[in-house]
Amino acid sequence: MSAEAVMSAEAKANGHGTAGSFAERAHIALNDKPLRANFRRTMDGLMAKRAAQFPDADDLARLRALGAAIKERALARLPELLEQLEARCTENGIKVHWAETTGDANRIVLDIFQSHGVKTVVKGKSMVSEEMHLNAFLGEHGIEAVESDLGEYIIQLAGEMPSHIVMPCIHKNKAQIGQLFADHIEGQRYTEDVDELTAAARRVMRARFAEADAGISGVNFAVAETGTLVLIENEGNGRMSTTLPPLHVAVMGIEKLVETLEDIPPLLALLPRSATGQPITTYVNMITSPRKPGEKDGPREVHLVLLDNGRTRVYADLELRETLRCIRCGACMNHCPVYARVGGHTYDAVYPGPIGKILTPQIAGLDVAEDLPHASSLCNACVEVCPVKIPIADILVRLRREAVRPSASKCVKGAGSGWTLSEASIWAGWKWLHGHPALYRMGTRFLAVAGNLIPSSVPPLKAWTSVRAKPKFAAKTLHQLARDKGFDDV
Amino acid sequence: MSDFHASDSRASDARTRILSRLRAAAPSAVPNLPEWSPPSYEPARRLERFRTMFEAMKAEVHDVDAATWPQRLRTLLDNRGVRSVLHGDGSSVGTQLESAWSGDPQAPRLVAYDRAVEEFKDDLVHRIDAGITSASAGIAETGSLILWPTAREPRLMSLLPPIHIALVEEDSIRDNLPQLMVAQGWARRMPTNIVVVSGPSKTADIEQTLAFGVHGPKELIVLVIRKPAAVG
Amino acid sequence: MSVASAPTAASAPAERPSTVYFFGTCLVDLFYPEAGLAGMELLKREGLRVVFPQGQTCCGQPARNCGFFEEARAVARAQFAAFPEQWPIIVPSGSCAGMMRVHYPQLFADEPDRAQAEAFASRVYELSWFLVHVLNIKLEDKGKPVTVTWHASCHAMREMGVTDEPKRLLRSLSNVTLVENPRERECCGFGGTFSVRQPEVSAAMVADTIASVEATGATEMVTGDCGCMMNISGAMEKAGTSVRSRHLAEFLLERSNNVR
Repeated sequence: MSAEAVMSAEAKANGHGTAGSFAERAHIALNDKPLRANFRRTMDGLMAKRAAQFPDADDLARLRALGAAIKERALARLPELLEQLEARCTENGIKVHWAETTGDANRIVLDIFQSHGVKTVVKGKSMVSEEMHLNAFLGEHGIEAVESDLGEYIIQLAGEMPSHIVMPCIHKNKAQIGQLFADHIEGQRYTEDVDELTAAARRVMRARFAEADAGISGVNFAVAETGTLVLIENEGNGRMSTTLPPLHVAVMGIEKLVETLEDIPPLLALLPRSATGQPITTYVNMITSPRKPGEKDGPREVHLVLLDNGRTRVYADLELRETLRCIRCGACMNHCPVYARVGGHTYDAVYPGPIGKILTPQIAGLDVAEDLPHASSLCNACVEVCPVKIPIADILVRLRREAVRPSASKCVKGAGSGWTLSEASIWAGWKWLHGHPALYRMGTRFLAVAGNLIPSSVPPLKAWTSVRAKPKFAAKTLHQLARDKGFDDV
Repeated sequence: MSDFHASDSRASDARTRILSRLRAAAPSAVPNLPEWSPPSYEPARRLERFRTMFEAMKAEVHDVDAATWPQRLRTLLDNRGVRSVLHGDGSSVGTQLESAWSGDPQAPRLVAYDRAVEEFKDDLVHRIDAGITSASAGIAETGSLILWPTAREPRLMSLLPPIHIALVEEDSIRDNLPQLMVAQGWARRMPTNIVVVSGPSKTADIEQTLAFGVHGPKELIVLVIRKPAAVG
Repeated sequence: MSVASAPTAASAPAERPSTVYFFGTCLVDLFYPEAGLAGMELLKREGLRVVFPQGQTCCGQPARNCGFFEEARAVARAQFAAFPEQWPIIVPSGSCAGMMRVHYPQLFADEPDRAQAEAFASRVYELSWFLVHVLNIKLEDKGKPVTVTWHASCHAMREMGVTDEPKRLLRSLSNVTLVENPRERECCGFGGTFSVRQPEVSAAMVADTIASVEATGATEMVTGDCGCMMNISGAMEKAGTSVRSRHLAEFLLERSNNVR
C-alpha cells in the first residue's frame, strides 16, 4: 500500500473525511468540545500519575541515562545483535523471518497462515501490525483477525485507527462504546456500565481465544542474548493470544531489541511508569520457545517476523538513528501540549504525537507527511520525559531542514520536497539583513517609525491578529536606547 | 514448491539486504552503561512492601503456614462459591490439597491438569473456577510473583480460570527483579515461558475507569508461606 | 550526537566578572526595548560594566527552526564578530540563550569555526540565572503591594536549566505576593513560526494559558521571555483581560527603584 493511500485511508476510516492537512484536521478536533475536554483531562491525569511514580529527580535522571544507553548500545550493534537474536531464537525453535517492506511482511504472515489452514486469528496489541495494515490484508485473503485488547477491540468495531499508542480508544466515551457493543455483539443490550461492558468483551473474546487457529502479537523487547520475546500488558489478552492458539506469529520492528536479559529490568522500570504511571504492568510475559515435548500447553509453532519498512534508512544517519531508541511508552504524547488539544487522529498516522511527528515523515516520506515536523512549538516537554532521551525537538528541526534542502539528501525520504523559492528568498533576505549590522540597524529604525502602519490583513500578521492584538513596534530600538543611555559599545 | 523456493530466496535476500544496509551505515560508539540501582528493602520491611504493592492492585495477600494453608484456602474459596480447582498433575501443591480435602464431599472438585490443553480445552476455558500454582519467587519492589511454568504446572493454569491462587515462600521474595534474575541465573536457563504477575487482569480503556478480569483472572489470591518462626 | 549529556544550566564562571556583554534579542530590540534596558540597568547597578555591541542583531533561531541552517550560521557568525571578548553574554530570553548555548555547538559541529562557536556558546547566560547564581542579587522592594503570577519559558526551563530562579527573585520582594499557577510550565503556544503555521492550535494553547493566568487572581503576569510575552499579552489584550504582563527584568527594576 503506498504511503499516501495509507494515510488518507486512515483519514477516511476515522471519520475525519479527507481533510488534507494537519491544520484542517486540527480545526475539526479543536471544535469538538467533548473530545478536547476528554483529552485534556486524560493527559493531565497521566502526567500526574507519571510524576507520582518518579518522586526522586536524581534517580530518574540516572535511570533515563541508563535507558538511553541500553538502547544506544543495542542500536550501535544492531546488525550483530539481530544475527544473534535470530541464532538464539532458531536454536530455541522460534522461526525467524525478515521483511523489508510491510507488503513483504504481510505476505510472510499470510504464507504461514495459509500453510496451516488458518481461518481465524486473535491479535494482541501491535503498533507494527498497524503499520502493516495486517488485519485488512488478512481480511482480503479470507482470514479474520480479531483484536483482543479491549481498546483495540473497541476501535476495530468502530473501524477506526488508534488515537494513542498505549490507550487506543481514549477518544471514545462510555456512551459510544455502549452503542458499539449493542450494535455489534449479539445479545448485548445497551449499557454504559464499565464492568458490564468489560464482562461482555471478556465473554466474546473467550470464545475467540479458544477457537482461534493462530495468535498474532507484537514484541516490546526482544533479547538477543537469550532469544526471548518480552511482551508487557495489563489485560491478559496478550498471554491468551500467545499461549492458547496452536500457532503464534510475532511481528517486530528491527529496532526493538536489546542486547542482554539484564537490560530488561531498567526498561521495565521506565516504560509502565512513563506510560500510565504504573509501577509495572500486570503481566510481563517472556517467551523463549514454542511448546516443548512433555509440555501441555503453549503454541506448537512460534514465528518472529522482523520488519524494516524504512528503519534501515533512518539508521543510516547517526542523528536520525536516535529516533529508533523509542520503546513506545507514549509519555511524549501524554505531555505534548499540541497532542493534548487535538488528539491522535489529527496526526492521520499510525504513530501520533511527538514520536509520530519524527517517525512518520521518515517512514512515509517528508513529501507525504510534510506538515508533521512543523506541528510543534518545540517546547521540549517530550524531550524532558522521554525515558530513553530521544532528542525529539532537535530531530523535528532536522526534518524541517531536510524538507527545505534544495538538493535532496538521501537520509530522508521526500527530502527537499518542502523547498519553495518564496521561502528560500525570505530567509536569504533575512540573512542579508541580520548579517549586516548597519543594514539591520537601519531596517529596525525604519520599522520603529513605520512598522505600526503595517495592516493586520497582511499574512502572516493576519493569522497572528485573529487571536492577538497586533504587536507594537517600540518608538526606539534597544540599540538606540543603549546608545542614548551611554552604554559602551566595546 | 517453486513458490516456496522463490519465497525462501526472497527471504534470505531480504535478510542480506537489511543486514548489509545496517552495516553500511556509519558506526556509532558503543556506550558504557551508567550506574543505577533499583530500590532494596530491609528484610523486616520486605514482606510488607510486597503485600502493600499487591493490595494496591486489588490482589489479596494472606499469610499461611506450610502445613495448614489448604484449610485457609478452603475458607477463602467457599466464600466465593468456588466449586472446582485446577492444579498441576503430581505437583506438591496438588498433592497437599488432595490429602487435605479428600473425604470432604463439600470441598471443591480438584482437577489435575494431566493432559494437553487440546484434550480438555472446553473445561479449561469455561468450566473451571480457580487455578492454583506455585510461584518460584516474589518481588517486593513491584509486588510481583514469578511464574515459571513447567510440564507439571502449565502456562494456562494461571490465566484461564477466573481466580488464580499462587503459593509463594516468604524466603523466595527478593527486593527487585534484577537481583532475582542474577541470583537465579535466568540468562543461562530461560524456560519456554516466564510470567511476572503483579495483580489480577485489568484495563482502563473505557474512560480511564479501572475494571478487572478483562481476559486474565479477575482475582489473584497470593498465599505467602511464612517462615516457621513467624506464624504462631 | 548523543543526548545523554545534553547541556542544561551553565556553570557559573570561576570568578565574578567585572564586565559583561548584553545580548538584547531581536524581539526585545523591536518590541520591548524597555525590558532590555531594564536588564542592563540591573546588571549595571550590581557594579558591572555592561557592554552593548551595536553590531548585534539576532541569534538566528527563526532560521534554524525553519530548517535554514546555512542562513542561521551566517547570522551567528555576525554575532561572533560583534562579541569578540571573553566576557559573559547575558541574555534576557531563555529561547535565544538556548539557541546560542545549546544549538550553536550543534549547528557548527561540522564547520571550520566550530571551536569559536563552542567558545561563544559557553559564555551565554540567561539573565535570571545569572542574577541569582553569579551576582547573588539582593533586591529591596520599594513598590506598593501587588499580586503577581509567573509564566515559565519552555526554553529557559528545558534548555537553560532555569528552574525556580525567577520565582526566587519575585519572592524576595517583600510587597509582592506570588500566586502559583499550576499550569505555568505549559507552553503558551508561541513557538515562533508555529503560531502562524498552526494558528488554531496555537490559539487554543494561548487561550488555556490566559485562563490559567486569570484563575490565579493576579493583577500582573511576569515572564522571562518576550516571545511568550508578545503572544500572551497580545492575546490578553484581544480578549480584554485586565491582567498586565511584564518582563521579569522590567518588573524587578521598577520594584527596586520605585519608578512609577
